[in-house]
Amino acid sequence: MNTTVNIAGVTFKNPVMTASGTFGSGMEYSEFVDLNRLGGVVTKGVANVPWPGNPTPRVAETYGGMLNAIGLQNPGIDVFMERDLAFLKDYDTNVIVNVCGKSVEDYLEVVERLADANNVAMLEINVSCPNVKEGAIAFGQKADALFDITSRIKKVAKQPVIMKLSPNVTDITEMAKAAEAAGADCVSLINTITGMKIDINRKTFALANKTGGLSGPAIKPVAVRMVYQVAQAVNIPIIGMGGIATAEDAIEFILAGASAISVGAMNFVNPYATIEIVEGIETYMKAQGVDDINDLIGAVK
Amino acid sequence: MAKQKVIAKVARQEQIAAGIFDMWIETALAQDAKPGQFISVYPKDKSTLLPRPISICEVNEDKTMLRIVYRVAGKGTAEFSAYTAGDDIAILGTLGNGFPLDAAKGKRVFLMGGGIGIPPMLELAKQLKKQYDVESRIVVGYRDNQTFLADDLAKYGSVYIASEDGSVGSKGNVMNAIEENNLSADIIMACGPMPMLRAIKQYAEANNMTAYISLEERMACGVGACLGCVVKTKEVDHHSHVHNARICTDGPVYDAKEVEI
Repeated sequence: MNTTVNIAGVTFKNPVMTASGTFGSGMEYSEFVDLNRLGGVVTKGVANVPWPGNPTPRVAETYGGMLNAIGLQNPGIDVFMERDLAFLKDYDTNVIVNVCGKSVEDYLEVVERLADANNVAMLEINVSCPNVKEGAIAFGQKADALFDITSRIKKVAKQPVIMKLSPNVTDITEMAKAAEAAGADCVSLINTITGMKIDINRKTFALANKTGGLSGPAIKPVAVRMVYQVAQAVNIPIIGMGGIATAEDAIEFILAGASAISVGAMNFVNPYATIEIVEGIETYMKAQGVDDINDLIGAVK
Repeated sequence: MAKQKVIAKVARQEQIAAGIFDMWIETALAQDAKPGQFISVYPKDKSTLLPRPISICEVNEDKTMLRIVYRVAGKGTAEFSAYTAGDDIAILGTLGNGFPLDAAKGKRVFLMGGGIGIPPMLELAKQLKKQYDVESRIVVGYRDNQTFLADDLAKYGSVYIASEDGSVGSKGNVMNAIEENNLSADIIMACGPMPMLRAIKQYAEANNMTAYISLEERMACGVGACLGCVVKTKEVDHHSHVHNARICTDGPVYDAKEVEI
């Protein structure tokens, strides 16, 4: 049975990764899962300098999901390279570094710093975080801005580039096409859906940031639909995510056209979710008589 | 023992005050549980995804059971309150740093608890007495005369009570109880609502004392990955280097001087 997939020349032992921001750099969850068994670890977004993030409360539960407005708190690229990348060197898994910034120059600085890092398999560019006021999502909601930042990053990046797309747009296929036209090697989707929760007893917003990104099983049908639409619109590979809790969920995304998938909020609910999905995909393949996972990609009829 | 998510068994549960429940859970996680640590409890209802962080109130002598005393605050805790002996309960633990017991060695100690911050004071008082022969001055604040856990606490120190409505002990909060009883100590360990912890931080600074306070914040992962539950710190935190420490892993117990609350 073959579970390996190839994305932009990078081989993944299986199509299961972690969604940025839900898994740190793997350190915290290495107590629960063997990172060597994952196709990839996608790290928490890192900027050129430390970012303090938003005030608390930063998280709120919603029906079948959660809102977050962390605001991309991160220690900056220096600490990230010394500590997080060094930690991941000991593991046999593909490291994908999620890059964030407030200006194009911020992104480029991080991408350049990572050029010589020998254990970074790919870069994922976060142009879709709904929780920071400047930059970030401003690049992910207009096709021309996305084209511009993608092409500028591609000029300096030494690793294949994944553009992470926002669902908070009128037509996600326009964004995917802009990324592809600018030379992106891959797109990942979806980032969180902007939402809001109000505490009716206190008459206040549940989150200090007022709005936050919705994730968890509640958003899965939206994500599957968008992955399918993007798969029809572009030829570059897709990493699918949005509420994946089980192997069955993962298979849905793959059938819709994703070459790989990421587990996000469900890590919080079930710290063993990634490994259970790796095993569950194999069980599904056996049961269905599928020898090669690549035969499932986009195979929905 | 590494952190684990396990399906444990409810040993028994009873209601001990209005909206306050007292549950014993059989679990191997009890082996390494320390005063001031917490567990995360997962609702079975899939519409309520996130685990609820609940402090450890007590560990039994054989270290085979954990006791949690919690307030029903929403759908998740309402579900837990209906569990009975023999039911499965999904928990993650043990989490957080706990109180630094050795800091209390040979000292006159205030243990201060307010409302649903009272439960972690029990195992703390017990271990201080057992390990360091410290008889704590235990100052607890309640809403009214439903003084849950007060009798348990009295086994390990002298208990002083305050109630918001004045129906028992000093009227007001824990600070009023200290004043009225003319109490003093060398060190404070506390858990309770934010206004109480702010008052303790000020009191400790004014009296040049060390206060260890246990904080609470909305959490998602409980293991330090999501960065949801942070508190502003005086010094740059070691993890994100931005004066924001993670309550679930760097805390929940902090030296009050180190946090800006």
